[in-house]
Amino acid sequence: MKSTCFHKRLTCGFKATSSQLSNQHQRPTGESVWSLKRMIKFVLMVNRQGQTRLSRYYQPVELNRRAALEADVVRCCLSRRKEQCSFVEYKDFKLVYRQYAALYIVVAVTDAENELSVFELVHNFVEVLDKYFSRVSELDIMFNLDRVHVILDEMIQNGHIVETNRSRILAPLTALDKMADS
Amino acid sequence: MADSRRSAPLSWTDKPAAKMSDVVEKTLTALPSLLSLDSQPGSAKLSSSSKLGNLIRGITELTSKHEEEKLIQRELVSIKEQVSSPNTTMRQMKELMVRAIYCESLGYEASFSYIHAIKLAQQGTALEKRVGYLAVSLFLNENHELLLLLVNTVLKDLQSTNLIEVCMALTVVSQMFPKDMIPAILPLVEEKLNHPKEIIRRKAVLALYKFYLIAPNQVQHIHNKFRKALCDKDPGVMTASLHIYLQMIQENPDGYKDLTASFVTILKQVVGGKLPIDFNYHSVPAPWLQIQLLRILSLLGKNDQSTSEIMYEILDESLQRAEMNHNITYAILFECVKCVYTIHPKSDLLEKAAKCIGNFVLSQKINLKYLGLKALTYVVQQDPKLALQHQMTIIECLDHPDLIIKRETVELLFRITNAQNVMVIVDKMLEFLRVSTDDYTAIDLVGKVAELAEKYAPDNEWFIETMNTVFSVGGDMMQPDIPNSFLKLLSEGFDSVEEDRKLRVFAVDSYVSLLRGEPGKLPQRFLQVISWVLGEYSHLMEELEPATVLRLLERLLDMKQTSSETKSWVLMAMTKLCEGGASVAVAQQVSETYISSMDTVLRQRAQELQHLSQDSELRARVLPRDAGLEPQEVDSSLSFLDGFVSEALAAGAAPYKPPHQRQEELAQAKALSLEPYGLSLPISMASCSIADRQSPTLLSISSGLSGDSTELSHKGGPTTLKLDGVKRVWGRDGYLRESVEEVAQVEVPSPLRSPSQQAGAESSHSQTPTPDPEQDKQQLASSLFFGLSSQSPMCLMGKPEPTANRFRRKNKVQGSSSSATEQTPSSLASSPSTVDNLLCDDLLDSNITSEPSVSSSTITSELSPGLTATANGTCDVEAKLTDSDVKESNPSLSEDEGLVAADPAPHEDPDRPEDSCLSSHLPAELCELGHSEITPLCTNQSLELSACHVQKEDSLVFVIFISNSSAIQQILLDLHSEQLEVSCVSDRPEVDVSSHSVAVYQYSLTVKRPSVHVEVVGMVSYQLCDGTPQTLQFSYKLPLTSFIRPLTVSTEEYGTMWLDFCHDTKQNLTLISDGEEPLTATLNVLKRKLQLGVVEVIGMEGILACQLLQDQPCLMHCRVHAGVLAVWLRSPVPDLPDCLIYHCQRALQVD
Repeated sequence: MKSTCFHKRLTCGFKATSSQLSNQHQRPTGESVWSLKRMIKFVLMVNRQGQTRLSRYYQPVELNRRAALEADVVRCCLSRRKEQCSFVEYKDFKLVYRQYAALYIVVAVTDAENELSVFELVHNFVEVLDKYFSRVSELDIMFNLDRVHVILDEMIQNGHIVETNRSRILAPLTALDKMADS
Repeated sequence: MADSRRSAPLSWTDKPAAKMSDVVEKTLTALPSLLSLDSQPGSAKLSSSSKLGNLIRGITELTSKHEEEKLIQRELVSIKEQVSSPNTTMRQMKELMVRAIYCESLGYEASFSYIHAIKLAQQGTALEKRVGYLAVSLFLNENHELLLLLVNTVLKDLQSTNLIEVCMALTVVSQMFPKDMIPAILPLVEEKLNHPKEIIRRKAVLALYKFYLIAPNQVQHIHNKFRKALCDKDPGVMTASLHIYLQMIQENPDGYKDLTASFVTILKQVVGGKLPIDFNYHSVPAPWLQIQLLRILSLLGKNDQSTSEIMYEILDESLQRAEMNHNITYAILFECVKCVYTIHPKSDLLEKAAKCIGNFVLSQKINLKYLGLKALTYVVQQDPKLALQHQMTIIECLDHPDLIIKRETVELLFRITNAQNVMVIVDKMLEFLRVSTDDYTAIDLVGKVAELAEKYAPDNEWFIETMNTVFSVGGDMMQPDIPNSFLKLLSEGFDSVEEDRKLRVFAVDSYVSLLRGEPGKLPQRFLQVISWVLGEYSHLMEELEPATVLRLLERLLDMKQTSSETKSWVLMAMTKLCEGGASVAVAQQVSETYISSMDTVLRQRAQELQHLSQDSELRARVLPRDAGLEPQEVDSSLSFLDGFVSEALAAGAAPYKPPHQRQEELAQAKALSLEPYGLSLPISMASCSIADRQSPTLLSISSGLSGDSTELSHKGGPTTLKLDGVKRVWGRDGYLRESVEEVAQVEVPSPLRSPSQQAGAESSHSQTPTPDPEQDKQQLASSLFFGLSSQSPMCLMGKPEPTANRFRRKNKVQGSSSSATEQTPSSLASSPSTVDNLLCDDLLDSNITSEPSVSSSTITSELSPGLTATANGTCDVEAKLTDSDVKESNPSLSEDEGLVAADPAPHEDPDRPEDSCLSSHLPAELCELGHSEITPLCTNQSLELSACHVQKEDSLVFVIFISNSSAIQQILLDLHSEQLEVSCVSDRPEVDVSSHSVAVYQYSLTVKRPSVHVEVVGMVSYQLCDGTPQTLQFSYKLPLTSFIRPLTVSTEEYGTMWLDFCHDTKQNLTLISDGEEPLTATLNVLKRKLQLGVVEVIGMEGILACQLLQDQPCLMHCRVHAGVLAVWLRSPVPDLPDCLIYHCQRALQVD
């Protein structure tokens, strides 16, 4: 059982590590990629000047890292031409973006998410906003930040799509507005 | 249940769905630029003159980041002033919060406002309250301590008569809630499941979903309520419950197979347009709901033919709806295609799905093309002929101007790589690597290239050169396991000694020429690899003087960009090489330089170099050539340090404490702890393990000790440190976990294609090379898709033929194959079936190094679902052979019976009159103890099985009664369990039961791996009087509590044990208060129901102890705090505390 460890350290240091590490860093291949967690990581609304109009994170990101991340994400989307794919790979996840006039809506999703369904979710969101503000504009979103957030909260929770029915999404907010009026 | 939905009154107003998409785009295009802010007509809600408006306008007009910062800081000061003023109304507070949200969203912290957000949620009304909650959910993360202050507000709002307030509270709860406080609101949330308003029910389900995600144990008891939500008459509530089901089915698909038909019915109704029209999106009924259901179905149907069959029809219907030309239909189709390829295959569905993928890939719309490639990547391993069909499109996509399309194509190619096309594909991947600028993509691709190179390399030169590119491009960002496994491959070698030598010589040659070039451009990791290889193997090249190599290495030391880590690798290599006059001189000179280095590791290496270069005899002993091939023993208990340790102790040093103990003391030392249940242990461990990886040199000891000794012992084969059976005295407790990934690799092979499909693959290939003007593209295609059709599809699934796999690792299983077969579970090994061979072949052939010591029971559990059918059919080959004449004479009968035997469904009769008479067969010594109810296990025409369990003081006896109605013989009972150790009590497990009698079998059960419920599964096999073999399957479930016994310890013993145990869990439980003092009353219930032993009760605190048979203690500490019982459980056994807390919860709830 006993022996000195000296030469083993020199010759075998690497081997011992390698055998240990090779299992810890499983690169996702094949099936496993698809069974990874499926979720939305964040939703961003930014304009062409790169100014964030709204941001909602479903995974904790430190405050001081957000601005840089958002700038990077916007750069990534702005650099793409119209005829290019609406999905971009960004770090280890994907960005799904959609442009409305000068406003971009960017949704970050994990690789296992169905990009096209999120792409349409964005449009659904815009349609809801359009219904609520009756002809939505970027200014509505800017000056009614709280209401837009409330609408978004009805649609996405914890990175999952929880409601897509337009009238149901708006029901709590319209009720609140009525209460305020009376 | 589905029927209840169908007949349910659909009582919502049907509003026409607005088709506004075009309008929206037009409106937004017509948006005036920001400069003309004032000219905007302004809707009623637009408040451009407000303070928020001023702020936004101010920010928009700014030009520099610096000015923005100044402005925001000014704004924050003003907000801070106003929020703390007592005169601020809630209405103003709301305005202030929105401004604070805006500042934070620009990245400026407004932490002073957090507490005011909570206040606003508490005191505000209507929208003010909502904004308060919103601000809280935006400002705080889930672990923020201020969240505790929200609990009371939530509690109050949940009880409010104002539905909107209830709604808000439920919304915030489903976004974030402190885990420890869940019990405080859980009853209220549960109550809301029965609320008349569907929005409240829906939000309550979503809140429970959140609870399930963060603390699954806490909602375990309300699973039946989830079912109720699934059957809710409102589609919204049902949709919400699907989130929970998706999650639960992901974790345990077998537990919910019975719901398959319900999900199918729901999907049918949705697809059939039975939902109110406002659920439509662009005339497609509830598309996201459809997608969710398809995901659930694919999880349920995976590897399960009978479940898959239930869903074929609806999948077919969904695929047919492909005509509608809208993105959202394609999104559904994509999910549908994935489902079809995930579940048990059906040929005409596969055909339709393939056609669908074809439409995607060929589409002019780029988003669809992307989706098509993604789908193709998913299915190509199962169906390589699809890749062949679309080969020209794939080639085009490879040159697509959009990088993301290119990337997806590369991913696809990676999946279809084989020994024939590896060179072309790797070439394409490297080409992509050179144009890609993204680090993440680079890391990922580099890993994949390395994997392919290792798997399929055609020759040495190509392998080494490819790996050189990998190391130079991957640089220092790449996964550390790439160089590690490369060196491992090189050092362990292959089956041929001559091949090994050639490869090593080639590597040395290649590296020497690299070092002669511009080594300054090479990444550090690569230099480390080079140093190691040169140190180990440069002696193999006879014409190469050691001194030459030393000088080359010396150049590395002199370069200023060389890190000290690399330098220590270089010094190590030098130590191995310094032989002969010239090299010793170089070595001496180098060691002189570094012997006074500030870096202790370098100094150490320099010392070694100096001493060993002077004493060649010592060097030969310390660093023998080829030492890597001998097993080395290490005293991992470090007993050679005992003297040193005892001296140090004698000199007054503090004794060593394991990390959790230190943590414990640290926690106790804190005088004031706001959080009663701090949790930081896992974090400190994680940081430890990262730190461990830093140095290559000191690692051998520390990593060996760090806990994964089991992994080491079989992974490394003959070269690793032998740590088996060594007590890990200084190891990190609790770190050692069963590796799930390893098990996953031994997965059941995916369902084989039917022969007709294989034939189809081949014939399609013979037709595919369609005439095409672009010669080179076709050439590329033929080289890319070479080997795709000539081999059987199986080879594409990561299992290449052994001959093609040049760089296959040495088969490590061979050495220990005897042990592997020994470990094959008895149930399979005992029958000379094909299953056994399948198993072994799979283990031996598998390209991924199989782990012989993966717990055998896990293998069976992984394989059994797919193989039990075979096992049933072919179990008793010998018996079949001997009785073949009987069979021939009466073929139809035996077939019928075969069917009966394969059907495991137990026929359950709730009221069995035999119960009382069976209990009379209980052995006398068990009768006195009292037994659980005798439940029937399974029956068929010839015999009946029933079972019960008896709790003895020191064991649990499981009793099976077999009563037969016709004459049968050779009854063989075989039990196994994932969680339990089953051992036979009665002497003879194989008994002939004479006709119309009852045989009693006794087994003693102990817990191997705790789980809330444990299950014994078994198979009884017997022969009819005519010799026909029959089998019956059954299972028996029992709660963990049956295994719990009180543990008698003194308070002092309890104290020491407490500190030694490392697995713990904490939770708040409800107190029982029926007249008595609550703590005593609650503890009495726990004592009575769960047999926990009360050790001592002091004031508001109590300590309890119990053990899980055999000798697996668990300690409980509880304290009455704020009306709840704060419970802390600890045990040396993983999962035991979690399971026990569940049962405690149950025990206290039922009352």
